[in-house]
Amino acid sequence: MGIKWDEFFITGDPLILGSQIAIVLTMVGIVAGVTYLKKWKWLWSEWITTVDHKRIGIMYIISGVLMFFRGGMDGLLMKAQTSRPEMEFLDAQHYNEIFTTHGVIMILFMAMPMLIGIMNVVVPLQIGARDVAFPQLNALSFWLFFGGAMLFNISFVIGGSPDAGWTSYFPLAGKEFSPGIGNNYYAVALQIAGIGTLLSGINFVVTILKMRTKGMTLMKMPMFTWTSFIASVIIIAAFPIFTVALALMTFDRLYGAHFFTLSGGGLDMLWANLFWLWGHPEVYILVLPAFGIYSEIISTFSRKTLFGYKSMVLSILIIALLSMVVWVHHFYTMGSGPAVNSIFSITTMAIAVPTGIKIFNWLFTMRKGRIKMTNAMLWSLAFVPCFIIGGVTGVMLGMGAADYQYHNTLFLVAHFHYTIIPGVVFAVFAALYYWWPKMFGFTLNEKIGRWHFWLFVIGFNATFMPMFFLGLDGAVRRSYTYSVESGFAPLFLVSALGSVILALGFIAFCYNIYWSIRHADRNITGDPWNARTLEWATASPVQPYNFAKLPEVDGLDPFWKMKKNNQGLTIKDSEIKEIHMPSNSGLPFIMGVAFGVAGFFLVFEWHIAAAIAAIGIIAGLIYRSFDYDEGYHIPVDEIKETESKWRNVEGEVHNYVK
Amino acid sequence: MSSKIDYSLPLEYQTEQNRLNILGFWIFLGAEIVLFATLFGVYGVLYQRYAGGPTHQDIIMIKDVLIQTVLLLTSSFTMGIAIFEMRRQQLKGLIFWLVITLLLGAGFLFMEINEFIHYVHLGATMQTSAFLSSLFVLLGTHGAHVTFGIIWAIMVIIQLLRRGLTPTTARKTFIIGLYWHFLDVVWIFIFTFVYLKGMVG
Ligand code: HEM
Ligand SMILES: [Cu+2]
Repeated sequence: MGIKWDEFFITGDPLILGSQIAIVLTMVGIVAGVTYLKKWKWLWSEWITTVDHKRIGIMYIISGVLMFFRGGMDGLLMKAQTSRPEMEFLDAQHYNEIFTTHGVIMILFMAMPMLIGIMNVVVPLQIGARDVAFPQLNALSFWLFFGGAMLFNISFVIGGSPDAGWTSYFPLAGKEFSPGIGNNYYAVALQIAGIGTLLSGINFVVTILKMRTKGMTLMKMPMFTWTSFIASVIIIAAFPIFTVALALMTFDRLYGAHFFTLSGGGLDMLWANLFWLWGHPEVYILVLPAFGIYSEIISTFSRKTLFGYKSMVLSILIIALLSMVVWVHHFYTMGSGPAVNSIFSITTMAIAVPTGIKIFNWLFTMRKGRIKMTNAMLWSLAFVPCFIIGGVTGVMLGMGAADYQYHNTLFLVAHFHYTIIPGVVFAVFAALYYWWPKMFGFTLNEKIGRWHFWLFVIGFNATFMPMFFLGLDGAVRRSYTYSVESGFAPLFLVSALGSVILALGFIAFCYNIYWSIRHADRNITGDPWNARTLEWATASPVQPYNFAKLPEVDGLDPFWKMKKNNQGLTIKDSEIKEIHMPSNSGLPFIMGVAFGVAGFFLVFEWHIAAAIAAIGIIAGLIYRSFDYDEGYHIPVDEIKETESKWRNVEGEVHNYVK
Repeated sequence: MSSKIDYSLPLEYQTEQNRLNILGFWIFLGAEIVLFATLFGVYGVLYQRYAGGPTHQDIIMIKDVLIQTVLLLTSSFTMGIAIFEMRRQQLKGLIFWLVITLLLGAGFLFMEINEFIHYVHLGATMQTSAFLSSLFVLLGTHGAHVTFGIIWAIMVIIQLLRRGLTPTTARKTFIIGLYWHFLDVVWIFIFTFVYLKGMVG
């Protein structure tokens, strides 16, 4: 209660006024556009209510691209503010809000949905399944993520953004020092999105454990499936910790509890511990699927089986275990003493070993391969050196004693951007170039893709390389300005110019999508890259039911073997049986809205309204419990027709010759 | 996800989708274990931070807690009987024992709410100290789970009455059974580490 209505909309700042107008215009534009094109029904029945893993994946990816845009704008604003000493573009408060929303959005609303989206599209296809284990739950996961993301994003025009950093450390993030509602957004929106992520994790673990096609033992799974599996396991192990931490934060802020407060016996560092107990595994949830993406792409475009498959699996298992026991490296300066800091230094540095093994495996996969320089491959090649810079500086930061020097400087900021951008963003780009035809039935333009690649990679290095040296010179992170006397100006300027190049790269990417939608050749086969795993044994775009006949597998690279031995590629009419499919459902969307609305009221501490909205959530659950929809069957004739469209007369999969 | 039915298995395992759901629920329970483990961890860090407020010995009503414990443990046992009846295809017996389980659960919940009211009357609220914050949230999370379980089980009973024992209703019953036993296990930890340890000091 006690929210003043005149504080509801943020007023008086030209930048925010501009965004408010932009948001209203965009919304009006979208509504008008959809109405004009008479697409509401299509939007509802084909997308909003869909339970198809491929479409859900695409919706994740679209949201991820939009969020990349938002987070990237934040990044550019920060770079503009620090481009010259004592700039007066953003004030301190505004800068605080922007690095907070930038961090949260990039990690939770950009990187996560991009990877979960790619997992959604690819994993069921790679294991030869028709969908995930729980298709409707999958849609719910998406809409919870989406509801949380939207709630978080409106914060900067309605009520105020969180401003205590993406880590939201106490006591700063507590009611005492952040009395506004900005940080309520953090607590509530991330909670809603987090539940969605947890459900995705469960869904993928069951899918991968139980729905692999005949013959695909665990050790015959494609590497991306392996890494998605382990990432899902980490999600299940780590996200509940964040759920609890955010709930306790909510209790502290909304109900005056004393978990992390300075008074009443609370412990502020308890928050830091809980946050990083989730937060460090979280970065491995991000990077492991990315490693899987690189493994697939490098092996495809080197025309070789992945080198050292077993050691790859072993190293992701070790990374997963170690990721749980390194969290203290984020606050060596807490002062837990030399013994504790040493132990965590050792576990941290140990992660470099399995990671190094993986790097060597990729290099050995390329060795003597007939490498084809597609865009997907280029991103994978650029990843290796850039990520090594991130990794080596990570080991530097991992040494507790040395970290007292680097802590809280731009050196750290440069380090994690050097891991997360090559480790996640490059991988997402690579994956999009690679799997785009599976999603949309055409490839992205390779030439425009080159512009995208070079601009982005050069811009990235120019932006973040100077930050290492700024950090070593003593420039602290999260500081909105610096003096002329500090001598930081030249490097900051280089970095700001770099970010402009980087932004041009992103624009090239968007233009590439636009160009390819308009002009790309639709007449492609199911296997445009001459690839190796089962997802390429389907049409492009993939049929709703994925496989007319479930494939059988007896080793790694099954589709490659099928092509080489010319077996299993054909399908006879008699082999086609009708296929059971789950029905679409509007409930997941409605639940996402209910969660979003309840969350919004909770943010404003309007408890009665929130409780009423929560009843909506319960009603949705009850409705679901009584829902006995058994799905439907696709008749044989329809399957025959779909299959004949993409297979040649002998019923074979076309081979790609270019 | 075909609806092939394997009659050699217990009812709740007969269809493929049922097997997926049950495995999925086990994994969900894994996440719940992490959730409660975190809450126990928080409690373990804060449990002596009384901030001048009441301590364990000042507020705990051990007799009531013992009765709560007996109620919940018995309800876990009756839930076991219910599932046993389900395996024997006895719909009536199943529903009877489910109802008994729910009554016991409701009794537990009633006493827990009383306990909370008693604490508040003593001036021991969530806002008093870190110890009490962690106590209320740990107990409250468990209690909320029991509440949720009761509502959910009522829904399942309605479906059993309407549809009888089918692979689907059997699966739903089985899963709520797993959930109920899990809450019982959590309570055993709460009883030991919060109440018994708290009384010893
Ligand atoms: C698109 C290009 C990007 C630019 C120009 C950029 C720029 C920046 C800048 C200037 C800061 C704040 C430095 C400071 O003053 O402390 C920052 C912080 C951060 N960035 Fe980025 N970044 C980019 C991409 C990303 C990506 C892709 C991610 C993650 C997936 C990411 C995650 C973060 C995080 C977590 C923080 C810390 C926020 C905090 O201090 O609370 N950034 N970034
Ligand atoms: Cu870490």
